[in-house]
Amino acid sequence: MNFVPQLINLFATLILMLSFAMISQRRIVSLINLFMLQGVALVAASILLGYATGQADLYVSAALTLLLKVILIPWMLHRVVRRLNVRWDIETLINIPTTMLVGIGLVIFSFSLALPISRLSSSMAGGALGIALSCVLLSFMMMITRSKAVPQVIGFLSMENGLIFAATTVTNGMPMIVEFGVALDVLVGVLILGVFMFQIREKFDSLDIHNLEALKED
Amino acid sequence: MQALLFVLGIPLVGSAVLGVAGHRDFARNINVAFSAGTFLAACVLTAQIVADGPRLVFDRQFFIDPLNVFLVTLTAFVGLTTAIFSRPYMRVEQDRGKMTPRRMRLYHGMYQLFSFTMLLALTTNNLGILWVAMEAATLTTVLLVSVYRTAASLEAAWKYFILCGVGIAQALFGTVLLYMAAEKVLGPLGATLLWTSLDAVKGQLDPAIVTLAFAFLLIGYGTKVGFVPLHSWLPDAHAEGPTPVSAVLSGLLLNVAMYAVLRCKVLTDGALLRPLAGPLMMGFGLLSVVVAAFFLSRQKDVKRMFSYSSIEHMGLITFAFGMGGPVANFAGLLHMTVHSLVKSAIFYAVGHATQKAGTQIMSEIRGLIKVNPTVGWGLMLGVMAILGMPPFGVFASEFLILTTAMRDQPWATPFLFLALGVAFASMLIRVLPMVFGETTLKPLAHPPALLPVFVHLTLALVLGLYIPPYLNGWYVQAARMLGG
Repeated sequence: MNFVPQLINLFATLILMLSFAMISQRRIVSLINLFMLQGVALVAASILLGYATGQADLYVSAALTLLLKVILIPWMLHRVVRRLNVRWDIETLINIPTTMLVGIGLVIFSFSLALPISRLSSSMAGGALGIALSCVLLSFMMMITRSKAVPQVIGFLSMENGLIFAATTVTNGMPMIVEFGVALDVLVGVLILGVFMFQIREKFDSLDIHNLEALKED
Repeated sequence: MQALLFVLGIPLVGSAVLGVAGHRDFARNINVAFSAGTFLAACVLTAQIVADGPRLVFDRQFFIDPLNVFLVTLTAFVGLTTAIFSRPYMRVEQDRGKMTPRRMRLYHGMYQLFSFTMLLALTTNNLGILWVAMEAATLTTVLLVSVYRTAASLEAAWKYFILCGVGIAQALFGTVLLYMAAEKVLGPLGATLLWTSLDAVKGQLDPAIVTLAFAFLLIGYGTKVGFVPLHSWLPDAHAEGPTPVSAVLSGLLLNVAMYAVLRCKVLTDGALLRPLAGPLMMGFGLLSVVVAAFFLSRQKDVKRMFSYSSIEHMGLITFAFGMGGPVANFAGLLHMTVHSLVKSAIFYAVGHATQKAGTQIMSEIRGLIKVNPTVGWGLMLGVMAILGMPPFGVFASEFLILTTAMRDQPWATPFLFLALGVAFASMLIRVLPMVFGETTLKPLAHPPALLPVFVHLTLALVLGLYIPPYLNGWYVQAARMLGG
């Protein structure tokens, strides 16, 4: 039975690598696909953990992630990108190699923060806490460095992925009602942001967040 | 617990009804009726809790104690008065073409849903549901802020969503960590996010996990309280939406976020032997008070100025709770109440004034007292109250906070006095010419609803002169529960 924890760690690593891939990806369409892949890895990890611990709740959580993060949201984002015709290059505020270096620093920081705690975790994948925290911080950085609306939203969602991963691996899933509530909030949030993107485009003729700088302190 | 069912059910049903019929002319009155129903139910609930003590209901999923029941009543009350204020205010906006029927429907539906999310956040016993409700409150208010669909309101709503979304995501991480700490004590099967269960075992929670969890929870919910430097969304969101929304955002939602921080603080204080929550909150509180006071002095837009004033006051409240102890906690709770009443009253008066002037720029609003003496006096008295002039309640709570600070944390008092002084001078300089001076304003088609302004100010005045014994007992119980 040593096999399952190893597999879960493999998926954890995959999730982290996908976070890095997202930071360095300049095309919006590929970015959405990477986000979808991250969702797939998250689902796989949940199912494996559910199989290993025998907790049915984890299957439900996996199904929820599959539906939302792998199917529904990527489909919606693809549609938005097509309709708004923003498929091409993203300008980053800092160049990509620098971002990657900062990212590595963030991963080291998260692991040092999580190390004393993950030793205490009773779950079999407790070591994944550092990875989850890294994902959250990397997505945070992605939101800071990207100037277009769609990548910002993907950063937001990828942060949510990191959080769900933390909840799944560290504690074998949150209470079911909370998971449903979180999923509902994410779904409604993405819908609202999608509508906003069309409205921002209509008002500013572009999806560049730089336009959103009128409200400033003088 | 019928009353709780009504407290939560009425706004939920209200949002469904107004989501369908919110564009009709009578929808304004329905909005008031639903809010009044919620307020009545909240009063009954309060009476029961005062009589019988704290209660766990519905399979322990809801928990009502003196701390949250007073916030429930306050929320329902300000929700009602804001609905009354919004009747003539939104009618004028509709006449001027800023609101279409579709937008009115969205506005009314979201107003009730927003009340529901706040009341759910206050009454739930499950820290996970608390998070879900806070996020849902953000979502509903994002739609309310952006309802005018202007470039500025879209920008404000986008910033609000992204910054608060990121902030509150940190709180979810903190909640996961708390769950992990609970699992270590209660075992994988008994693990729970129920606050009362965590409170019962808080002495055994692992200090290392709780420390990290509290850091994330404080940053997360603190973003919604408007701690400097996490505050940059707040003036935009509070200034660009319709004024009734500004009133409930400043008067209520900040309190609800503060409440979430307080619940987490109680657990943290119990789990750790050394003080962690207190000093952190004092630091954030003091920084918010000082920075907000200086930003406040540079504003030109009236609603932005009062938003910075909200940051300042939330900072003061955070500082009070950070000091802890019965007196400071009492003062913090009292300040939450009077700030909520006075700030929403100010926004009502400001709302009518900006409609008359057709602008939010302070230098273009002049001589309110000549055109409409009640609006002018309402604004003037509200500003005197929020600046802490006796005999209003803000004076009493600020006096208690400052004297406790002098005794317990003498190093902080110069900063607090400096900030309050800067806020006092700069706000008075701006508001005096708005109220007095030569007028440029035109009358409004619909008579403004000024009753809420004076009701709130009267309550703030009463609280400054005399706190009735049962209310006093209530505050004392809540303050004791917060410990410190």
